[in-house]
Amino acid sequence: MTLSILIWLPLAFGLIGLFAGAKAAPKVVALGSLAALGVAISFVVRFKTGHGLQFVTDRSWISQLGIHYKLGLDGLNVVLVLLTTFLFAVAAIGANLREWDRPAQFYLWLAIAESAVLGAFVAQDLILFVAFFDLMLIPFYFMAGMWGSGDRETRVRGTTKLVIYTLVGSLLMLAAAIATGVLASSQHGTHITFAISDLQRLKLSTGSQEWIFLCFAAAFLVKMPAFPLHGWLADGYRAMPLPALAVFSGVLSKVAAYGFLRIVLPVFPDASVHFQTLLLLIALCSILYGSVMAFAQTNARLVVAYSSVAQLGFITLGIFALNEQGVQGALLQMVNHALVTVPLFFIVGLLAARAGGSEDLRDMGGIAFRAPVLASLFLIVALATLAMPGSANFAGEFLILFGIFRAKIVFAFVAAAGVVLAAVYMLRVFIRAMHNRVNPRVDSREIGFGDLIAIAPVIVVILALALYPQFGLKRSASSAKESVAAVGAHPAQVADAAAPSTSTRGTP
Amino acid sequence: MTAALVTAAVKGPHIDWVGLSPFMTLIGGAVVVLLLGLFSSRFVRTELVPALALVAIGGAIGLAIGLLGRNTSIISGALAIDDLALVIDLVLLVTGIAAVLLSLRSRAAEEAGHGEFYALLLFSLLGMMVLVSSQNLVTLFLGFELLSIPLYVMCATEMHREGSLEAGLKYLVVGSVGSATLLYGLALLYGATGSTDLSGIARAVNGAGGVKDDALLLTGIAMTTVGLAFKASVAPFHQWTPDVYEGAPTPVTAFMAVATKAAAFGVLLRLFDVALIGAHHDWAPALAALATITIIVGNVGALGQTSLKRMLGYSGVAQAGYLLCGVIVGTQLGIKATVFYLVVYLAMNIAAFATIVARERETPLGDDLEGFAGLGRRRPQLAIPLTVAMLGLAGIPATAGFIGKFYLIDALVDGGYAWLAIVLVLGSMISLGYYLRVVATLWMREEPVVTAVPPSLVPAAAEGKPLMAGGSQEADRVEPRAQPEVLVVAWVCTAAVIVLGIIPSPLFRLAGEAGKALVGLR
Repeated sequence: MTLSILIWLPLAFGLIGLFAGAKAAPKVVALGSLAALGVAISFVVRFKTGHGLQFVTDRSWISQLGIHYKLGLDGLNVVLVLLTTFLFAVAAIGANLREWDRPAQFYLWLAIAESAVLGAFVAQDLILFVAFFDLMLIPFYFMAGMWGSGDRETRVRGTTKLVIYTLVGSLLMLAAAIATGVLASSQHGTHITFAISDLQRLKLSTGSQEWIFLCFAAAFLVKMPAFPLHGWLADGYRAMPLPALAVFSGVLSKVAAYGFLRIVLPVFPDASVHFQTLLLLIALCSILYGSVMAFAQTNARLVVAYSSVAQLGFITLGIFALNEQGVQGALLQMVNHALVTVPLFFIVGLLAARAGGSEDLRDMGGIAFRAPVLASLFLIVALATLAMPGSANFAGEFLILFGIFRAKIVFAFVAAAGVVLAAVYMLRVFIRAMHNRVNPRVDSREIGFGDLIAIAPVIVVILALALYPQFGLKRSASSAKESVAAVGAHPAQVADAAAPSTSTRGTP
Repeated sequence: MTAALVTAAVKGPHIDWVGLSPFMTLIGGAVVVLLLGLFSSRFVRTELVPALALVAIGGAIGLAIGLLGRNTSIISGALAIDDLALVIDLVLLVTGIAAVLLSLRSRAAEEAGHGEFYALLLFSLLGMMVLVSSQNLVTLFLGFELLSIPLYVMCATEMHREGSLEAGLKYLVVGSVGSATLLYGLALLYGATGSTDLSGIARAVNGAGGVKDDALLLTGIAMTTVGLAFKASVAPFHQWTPDVYEGAPTPVTAFMAVATKAAAFGVLLRLFDVALIGAHHDWAPALAALATITIIVGNVGALGQTSLKRMLGYSGVAQAGYLLCGVIVGTQLGIKATVFYLVVYLAMNIAAFATIVARERETPLGDDLEGFAGLGRRRPQLAIPLTVAMLGLAGIPATAGFIGKFYLIDALVDGGYAWLAIVLVLGSMISLGYYLRVVATLWMREEPVVTAVPPSLVPAAAEGKPLMAGGSQEADRVEPRAQPEVLVVAWVCTAAVIVLGIIPSPLFRLAGEAGKALVGLR
């Protein structure tokens, strides 16, 4: 069984759903996402830890340009692929609990989104990655524009803003990706190639690396989003329907972070070192800005949105610690954040349904009395989000801080403040929604059985990962080493080279 | 005259009739169509004439495909029948087929008397084919005029509409200025190099003691560029484009937008990358500046448009800037990228124009963006082609537009024009603003409640149907005349955009052959 089956399976089911008609489409696509989850599990089971790139599919796509249809799994993406299929399955099932206008189309877009995201995660060719990275935005454009919340004008405006912001980054990345291939082949006098493994070998001159790095960074930082490039966040998040938003925030932002690890660090090591401080500053600003904004919002959805900015700041921080601990922490935190974001958005939806459709915190309150199950689910997720010791998020943030502590100690101290701020804004939401006086407008029902079915698996996984965070760490360890190996070889990182974890693996 | 040609074709010892056959087919077709148009029988005029036009173009397509790979020149070196010319010929002829199909039920063809309309179309196509094949400044100008003059008339064929007449007149005036400039430029080129032959010019420019930096040559290059820039709507010589595109009958606009541009770029490639390649360091920076201006002007201009045809006019300007990038680098890769993009451009634009043609016949709002609101829900068979066309023009992956832009950027970076690649990308970013607006209108808005529509916007008025002004939404909805051929055109092009976006290799091979036709390039 090849990876092609995994990535195209959701799309196939989406198309079947389109022809099966409005009644059957939701079920068909949910079934397709479950099937993809099954396939992903089979890959994880067969995955051999520490054996480099596996299940490789490598076919020439556009031979004239040296573009390959190359897919593969290694430690960096294996868990993320599993996560993606899992969360899309949750989102598809969650979406099934609601009636959608023109359902066949909605579920087709959801299926295309899943295919595109999986494609971006497993692509091992730079251009293929860029193509999937751009493509995955389109379904969200339509889902937000056609089925989003809010009135039409603001919705369309928010959606357009989101698309233009992200595509601007993506187009810069496209130019940079082409330049990478062309310049690498001309500087080394080889045939043009875009395979990431080849580009890792054909190191670019420092000057080329630097501008190309900036283009890639722009694309990824917009997608995350990071502090100065987050302009689309509030409007875009407000416009999106919740199941789409859950995967958008949970999974798509991770593609960007993953892009840093898959492409930027290994292929542009000199530039990564050169711009380390800049990226760390951006990460730090994202943490502080995101936390403060999350605290200041009254819209529950936006609290979660800005908390994502802060969390992704942490992830960026870990990646640009440029050492193994930081990267491992970032990978773990990517999984953790995705796992808490999805139920958080679902819970926001449930809370809004109980507060007369309003997502405003001031319209909520006192739900815990009548809905203890909902409250405890929310509590688990909230505690995980604020990285309570014992949660996997704690392990993730700890690793990140540990990594950054070794790299740039000053950043570590400031970032630690971010951990505290997370507690402030998450507890605020929890208290406002769950405790306090019962708001007269609130109809405090218990969580419905259907919703429980959708959310419970995620909660179970959060708890399981808290007990056994090594699930991801073990598989990613060697790949994380390889990802930073090129950077580690750089003179500026000599201090790191003395550390016990130094690897001799990877490319020269 | 046809009979004489046919007998000659049988004997034909000293002229390469085979190489000439696509041209002869079109001439024959045009003459027959013109004569048949004189019959009073409605069947002959409305059914047989377009059918024969299609046969003529189809025949030319078949002959052109048959000639692929021969790479000869005919009529004592005046016309090159190489793969570059033939591939662009195919683009032109396919556009011609689309134009005929879109014109079938149009008022433009009706008012022009069917025979004349289709004959003009065929003659214009012939001019374009001569232009892209021309190996000689004289044939070049001949082709240029033969393509232009029928188009001036065709723009004005909706005689009852003021806009159409205005468009024809405007195009005539501006086009004549362009022709004059071109002619002057060609004369200067001849003066500087002493040859009207492209290869002779190349020798004079490249040769030892050549005229590389001669002021006469440079002036000639500049004026020739300006003349061709008018036709290709390269800024700042594009001002006529939006007005003429908006005013001309939509099938004619579609034909102009794609075929004229393809022909102009065909000759630009030949002129600059064959005859003037020796002076590359002189003209490349100037053209790069033009391309930059064109990309910016086109994309910014398109932003505020509410008429879809105007918007596509400006978008066509921007696309001309992208295409120019392939000429600038002066490499084989550049030629391949340009040819590739021309094919892609054909599919995307014809898909868009076909939906406009269909929609114009249904709604009193014409090509106004309002008329497309909420179409996704009601008429997905129209909304999907337009959506794919817009996404393709914007360069979204999984459409051919993505691969086309990719190829151009590749050629630019490879040719040492990385900064122009960034300009191209920046232009694409701006273009998202208007392409996505169309998509949003199609899918994310409800159809407007049509209240009093100004009579000028009511096409039915001229046909003697009751005015729809003040008609309700329902009146707008009852309509449409069946127009399967328009939908077929739209969907074939849409399929091409997507298929070529996923499996581009066949087109790469074709473009590769075209690129190899011009020898002596890096």
